[in-house]
Amino acid sequence: MSDQPSPSPSRRRLLMALPVVAAGGAGVAFWRMLSGMSSGTFNPHDINAPATGKAVPEFERLPDQDPGQGFSSAELRLQTSPVLVNFFASWCIPCIAEMQALLELRNTVPIWGIAYKDKPENASGFIRRAGNPYVKIASDRQGRVAIDWGVSGVPESFLIAPGGGIAWHSAGGLDNSAVRADLSATLKRLSA
Amino acid sequence: MRKPVLLLLAGLFFLPLTASAVDDPSEMLHDPKQEARAEAIGSRLRCLVCQNESIEDSSAGLARDLRRAVREHVAKGETDRQIMDWMVARYGNFIRLSPPFTIATALLWGMPLLALMIGLLSAVIMFRRRKSEAPAPLSEDEAARLDDLTSSGERH
Amino acid sequence: MSPELGRFALALACALALAQAVLPLSGAQRRDARLMAVAPGLAIGQLIALAYSFLCLIYAAVTDDFSVSNIAENSAVSKPLLYKITGVWGNHEGSVLLWALILGICGAAVAAFGRNLPTALRARVIGILGGVAAGFELFCLTTSDPFDRIWPAPMDGQGMNPLLQDPGLAFHPPILYTGYVGFAVPFAFAVAALIEGRVDAAWGRWVRPWAVAAWCFLTCGIALGSWWSYYVLGWGGYWFWDPVENASLIPWLSGTALMHSAIVVEKREALKIWTVLLAIGTFSFSLSGTFLVRSGILNSVHAFANDPARGVFILGLLALVIGGSLTLFAWRAPSLTAGGLFSPVSREGMLVLNNILLCSLCAVVLTGTMYPPFMSLLFGKTISVGKPFFDAATVPLALPLFAVMGIAPMMPWKRARMWPVLRRLQAAAIAMLVALAVSLWGLKGVLPVLASAFAVWVIASSVTDIATRIALFREPFSRSLGRLRGLSRSAVGTAIAHAGVGVTVLGLAGMSQAQHRIVEIAVGQTEHLAGYDWTLTDVRTRPGPNYTALAARIEIRRKGRIVAVMHPEKRSFNAQNQTTTEVSIHTNLLSDLYGVIGDQHGDAAHRTYVLRLHYNPLAPWMWLGALVMALGGFLSLSDRRIRIAAPRRIPVGTAHVDAG
Repeated sequence: MSDQPSPSPSRRRLLMALPVVAAGGAGVAFWRMLSGMSSGTFNPHDINAPATGKAVPEFERLPDQDPGQGFSSAELRLQTSPVLVNFFASWCIPCIAEMQALLELRNTVPIWGIAYKDKPENASGFIRRAGNPYVKIASDRQGRVAIDWGVSGVPESFLIAPGGGIAWHSAGGLDNSAVRADLSATLKRLSA
Repeated sequence: MRKPVLLLLAGLFFLPLTASAVDDPSEMLHDPKQEARAEAIGSRLRCLVCQNESIEDSSAGLARDLRRAVREHVAKGETDRQIMDWMVARYGNFIRLSPPFTIATALLWGMPLLALMIGLLSAVIMFRRRKSEAPAPLSEDEAARLDDLTSSGERH
Repeated sequence: MSPELGRFALALACALALAQAVLPLSGAQRRDARLMAVAPGLAIGQLIALAYSFLCLIYAAVTDDFSVSNIAENSAVSKPLLYKITGVWGNHEGSVLLWALILGICGAAVAAFGRNLPTALRARVIGILGGVAAGFELFCLTTSDPFDRIWPAPMDGQGMNPLLQDPGLAFHPPILYTGYVGFAVPFAFAVAALIEGRVDAAWGRWVRPWAVAAWCFLTCGIALGSWWSYYVLGWGGYWFWDPVENASLIPWLSGTALMHSAIVVEKREALKIWTVLLAIGTFSFSLSGTFLVRSGILNSVHAFANDPARGVFILGLLALVIGGSLTLFAWRAPSLTAGGLFSPVSREGMLVLNNILLCSLCAVVLTGTMYPPFMSLLFGKTISVGKPFFDAATVPLALPLFAVMGIAPMMPWKRARMWPVLRRLQAAAIAMLVALAVSLWGLKGVLPVLASAFAVWVIASSVTDIATRIALFREPFSRSLGRLRGLSRSAVGTAIAHAGVGVTVLGLAGMSQAQHRIVEIAVGQTEHLAGYDWTLTDVRTRPGPNYTALAARIEIRRKGRIVAVMHPEKRSFNAQNQTTTEVSIHTNLLSDLYGVIGDQHGDAAHRTYVLRLHYNPLAPWMWLGALVMALGGFLSLSDRRIRIAAPRRIPVGTAHVDAG
């Protein structure tokens, strides 16, 4: 509504330049979002569940998932070296894509798997076909434990520090090299 | 299938393409008052895998699980606040369809008032300036002459 | 009609568009009449080339030419003919081509209907439209080629999502796009005015019909999209505050403000700079909204497969169009002359208030939509902004807007007194109070009560406005009728459009009282909801052309008498491994009865079915109101002054006081 001769022309000029300045700012921000999206550093769809820094949520011993054994939160807390907890399911396509990375990772860090909302026979078939990267495998048939972890979909991975604190969390597959680099940096920090 | 991306279609179209939601009535609470409360809470919680729907509107599996969780907490007699906090502790502020008021969201929540104030203020300034420029009341003759002078002065 | 010819026609259109941008603009600058005179011809030539290109794509779709990758990915032999045609714009490449086509139509329309414009202004407007069109055609050719071939061609295409095979959705995009793209014309007028350094009453009068026309299409497009989600999705939702929806609402709000402020320019030569900014802003919102949604930045389910090259091209195009026009604005607007004088209590004053409220609403929706990605970028924090926020933030701004809507059309120009206007609105105020009392008694919630009272106020005052103008009840009826015929169509259009807003708001208030129930019952059982008895009388499986359906039959009785029989279905499409729900809606225009069938449970002997039953009071009014709004807009477009008497521009230097 700036439709009047302002007392000072320079202020008027400044006012009229405001829209282009605002649009320019928005444009720069969009540019950074787009480039962040293509390099993987910015994901507007990330939920960013606040798991990192918290203690492992309490849960009773989950039933075994063939071919592994189930476990409880207490067992996780007793570990003296870092453990990677990986939620997966046989019906999830990115989980298949992630498997190769898990098979390589198991040499650096023990991986405990939790089958998320999966039929036990499907999950065991999936693991046997893909090759088993897990030290222990539990079954979360109803997906109730996963909610306490803040899991919104599979695959999702959590790095548990000795003592049972969540040191790192990724809601994306570990087949992404940026995610893997981030994980190994955290592992290095934990062992230092 | 993690985060079902629906690439169906041109970004033009409206609306979440999950033709949904005939749910299982067995998940509803028997007490209609409690059920109404649970629905009210659920409609403020965002379905995490379908982006813009509330968990009450979604047929996604996780939404169903969260609906059940809300109802369990309601049945236990927890307050709305407690249930909301429980959800936020797990999924962060993403799950709240109306964001909390913090310093970072002050601009968002203040926008209705801010925009209105800026608009009204600039209108007041405009009217004031106009008034001071034209010491009313002018006679019709004077007004015509003034308009005459200003318009011919403006155009060049 | 081969795809290659289509691509060639597109390239030709692009070349013509470039010429259309360069020649007339430089002609207008150098006052070269010959260069300016080529503008209309180029615009029409560009449209012909585009239309041919578009026809080629439709031809490829209709003849199942799966060697064109776009057709192979989105069509199939078994798809019905209608959806083969409409499917052309149901994907990214085709929709960009449609966008360009509509832009071409706009340019040709200015060429055809703008004969009474000053030659230089017309050349500039057409030239600017040509520049924007060239950008889109280049985008289409370089990153989103709809005519791309694949080899070897598949035997059959991948088909189309069954949810999209729907008549409502088939025509939603062209209408919505016409709305979006239509605002390119006011935009071009604004940029032309900035180049000329001149905005006056005549400019306001030229811009207004284009803004009104675009607004009508946008209104219809939004309503159609909302209606589609209501009857397709199966739970009675009609508006989700999804970024895609907001991307259409933002330009609608600023476009509504533009339509009104252009009146002030036309009648009083005030708010000129503001109107120019609104014209630029509205088209900028149209552009950036649709394309940001496509880039995947906005958290919407509608995001396209992400192609960085596309994102970069789009951003560059936006920078050129929006950045360029706003830079021009910053440079030239300070030298535009100031407007006429008026008091706050006057028609202009009310229109200023209208603009403040509409733009505040627009700012709220824009902030709410853009906040999550900016939060994430700047602070690394994740938040969601959804329905509860938008409901809480927009309603307090909408209610005063409705209040002003009732008063403003009856307010005299320039200087007025509040009291006489309010006295004439006595009847409307009484109607509002009655509505308030009735809704206090009958409706749940504070906001629905207030909304329905204000909606009645808006409708009643629109009626009063017309009644006063034709001196109804004060003069013999026949004379009133004669006056009605003599009334300017734009006044009648205004009253109708305003009443349409009231109707929509009543629908929204009614929908807030909707009831629903989810039940699991066997055949023969009856359920009660909202005073109706809903009996599931039969469920059977029915084969369809490319699906099998679980079809239910529900009888609805009221006091023992059959009101309606519903046939909701649940369809399983085997090819896409997808199920859709076919909602059954019975409407009597006052309320919708809405039934959906879901899963079945149990074995053959004890089979039960999940049903979702809704009672949606006044639901159809939401879309009827939008239709009425658009009708009002189109009616005002047919006004004599717009059709015939083109305003003559007063030669520079002569005095000019009041155009109204």
